[in-house]
Amino acid sequence: MTLSAWRTQGWSGARPPPCARALGLTANHGASESPPARADSTFKVTMVPGDGVGPELMTAVKEVFKVDGRDVLYAAGFTRSVLLCGVVCIRVAGDVPVEFEEFHVSEVQNMASEEKLEQVLTSMKNNRVAIKGKIHAPMEYKGELASYEMRLRRKLDLFANVVHVNSLPGYSTHHNNLDLVIIREQTEGEYSSLEHESVSGVVECLKIITREKSRRIAKFAFDYATKKGRGKVTAVHKANIMKLGDGLFLQSCAEVAELYPKIKYENIIIDNCCMQLVQNPYQFDVLVMPNLYGNIIDNLAAGLVGGAGVVPGESYSAEYAVFETGARHPFAQAVGRNIANPTAMLLTAANMLRHLNLEYHSNMVSEAVKRVIKQGKVRTRDLGGYCTTGDFVRAVVANLRLRPVI
Amino acid sequence: AVLSLTNARTSVTSGLVGHAAKVIGVATSKQREKCTYTGQIIPPPARYGGRHTVTLIPGDGIGPELLNHVRELFRFSCVPLDFEVVNINSSITSEDDINNAITAIRRNGVALKGNLETNHTLPPSHKSRNNVLRTGLDLYANVMRCQSLPGVQTRHKNIDIIIIRENTEGEYSSLEHESVPGVVESLKIITRNNSLRIADYAFQLAREKGRRRVTAVHKANIMKLADGLFLECCREVASGYPDIAFDSMIVDNTTMQLVSKPHQFDVMVMPNLYGNVVSNVCAGLVGGPGLVPGANYGRNYAVFETATRNTGKSIAGRNIANPTAMLLASCLMLDHLKLHDYASMIRNAVFATMNESLLHTPDIGGQGTTSEMVQSVMRNIKSSGPLTTEL
Repeated sequence: MTLSAWRTQGWSGARPPPCARALGLTANHGASESPPARADSTFKVTMVPGDGVGPELMTAVKEVFKVDGRDVLYAAGFTRSVLLCGVVCIRVAGDVPVEFEEFHVSEVQNMASEEKLEQVLTSMKNNRVAIKGKIHAPMEYKGELASYEMRLRRKLDLFANVVHVNSLPGYSTHHNNLDLVIIREQTEGEYSSLEHESVSGVVECLKIITREKSRRIAKFAFDYATKKGRGKVTAVHKANIMKLGDGLFLQSCAEVAELYPKIKYENIIIDNCCMQLVQNPYQFDVLVMPNLYGNIIDNLAAGLVGGAGVVPGESYSAEYAVFETGARHPFAQAVGRNIANPTAMLLTAANMLRHLNLEYHSNMVSEAVKRVIKQGKVRTRDLGGYCTTGDFVRAVVANLRLRPVI
Repeated sequence: AVLSLTNARTSVTSGLVGHAAKVIGVATSKQREKCTYTGQIIPPPARYGGRHTVTLIPGDGIGPELLNHVRELFRFSCVPLDFEVVNINSSITSEDDINNAITAIRRNGVALKGNLETNHTLPPSHKSRNNVLRTGLDLYANVMRCQSLPGVQTRHKNIDIIIIRENTEGEYSSLEHESVPGVVESLKIITRNNSLRIADYAFQLAREKGRRRVTAVHKANIMKLADGLFLECCREVASGYPDIAFDSMIVDNTTMQLVSKPHQFDVMVMPNLYGNVVSNVCAGLVGGPGLVPGANYGRNYAVFETATRNTGKSIAGRNIANPTAMLLASCLMLDHLKLHDYASMIRNAVFATMNESLLHTPDIGGQGTTSEMVQSVMRNIKSSGPLTTEL
């Protein structure tokens, strides 16, 4: 193979060269797809840091993405020409080729408005991939029932939230070697933002369950299970009490399950599910559920493996993918104190790179994070250590450099 | 009066509860989310985060190697598509494999397949797997566009014929019996419903593509009732499309005209067996079975394959099969999924490769190999992309 062919075909062979993508020069014709936005062979990603520790975590991500092979090589004294000869098998590629388009929106700080929402949506239409922190929804009713984040989700139709709960190697909890996937319907259910007070002192809050959305999330769950080779999907519900609402959800799941004869389908009531998760979480494989139960189970499962600081998550719609942490909390108490755990956000960023087809970079980042946790020397407060966010990020960066690059 | 009111109310409420428990789909604007009255649900399309999932059936003969090339090409061009591979063993008699494949296509909506071989020595109860797939998914229209490629030498130049073939009934109904030993009756089924459906499809397609004439091919002078019904249905549908000319031609005359004066044909619609024969003749006119892609469309599903459905057992594994048909079929699939930019990128690269006669495979008179052709397509895609910074 010639050197140029070797260079352009990617180091692992699995990564396609960026020059293979055609730029969509013409405007989108109706629903036709154009290849995602690219600028000088970098990928553009929308970034919404959010509230609380969000901005700090995003800084951590940016720092990790900035450093890569190039600094090492120049530090070690290799010249570029030596590397180009292919004598040393080190990637000459520079930073992670991702460019972030930042939008600072916050409901609590009054930086949220319709124009900002439109800006974020336009950016998403071009980039189609986003990484975001939690946009905190204030408790007081200020005239708008739907929170900013909920509106964003509805506009982008991010109907599926996937949290892949994995035990971290080297950090032991009560349950080790956990491998669980939680799929949550994210646009309807209890979060429909439909409430009214017909009679003063009597509030009705509507939980909406539709057949179409239940089928959609069930199909997503089974398709996810098929793609990742999982054997069982469990629907979580409370259909003994909400007979029509959760009954419809359950029926839709059962209908979709008929199309997947190879995947086992079960269902479990939410109270039993919570108890089983705490006693014996290994019996579950993929869980699918409506909105509120998903919120609770996400956080519960995150707690099983180490807390909100370690679990990444992603949200999918038909066209867009938004990457955020699994258990979403702004963690306002930690703002400015440099104690937040960036693991979750770094693993989220690695997942985002995998979605962008940058397998190599994705593996590099996630392996570095896992190596730091496994070594156990640098741990933030939530995992029992004393280090700061900055220490952790430096440790991750150091481990990036240690990786033998081929 | 009070009793009757309460009775009415309880019956209404129980009716409501019963209604909620019934499996009835909600009619939405999307075709694929409509529920048929048979009770099967049509799930929403398998597209998450911008990536589609498509079923891939490798088939026999040259199918697996060509589909591997397609997969490689898609990975190289960063097409947002994932393939769910479903293998079918065509030599065993159990129906599980093919039912599995049908379920997989029901889930994903779109499939790309190689041809499945049908062993004649197996008992007649063993139906052709391709046929089972087509009837199981009700893929009633087989559309094949025979277009002369500029780089390929053929006797007739600039041919552009669309052939629409009824795909589920006709002579392929698999209904045969031997009531008296030595006397076999084979039933050719023509139904009004299916004939209207395929004729409507043909005229719609002609209108969409801006074609001016539809020719119905038949043998109604001999099969007066069967092909007569088909012809009548075509005429009925034609009356609803006054902007498109309609004529009919008997199949023997058609085949003769195709080989002597093919430019008189525009769009042709016909029942199953004539479709098989005419499509193979047209494929031969434009350069052979390795060049023409085909598509099978149903109401809810679409399956893409090569037009002439050859297994290619004799050339399997020797790296001499022509990948053009399968690559163009994958472009048809990308167009169906509305990924038009990727489709035209790959199509242009394939046409550019076709222009180089050094790379032609043995079936069109060259000495090239499959892998060389695919590499050339990849090179063309790379060179048509934007300039990039040094990696």
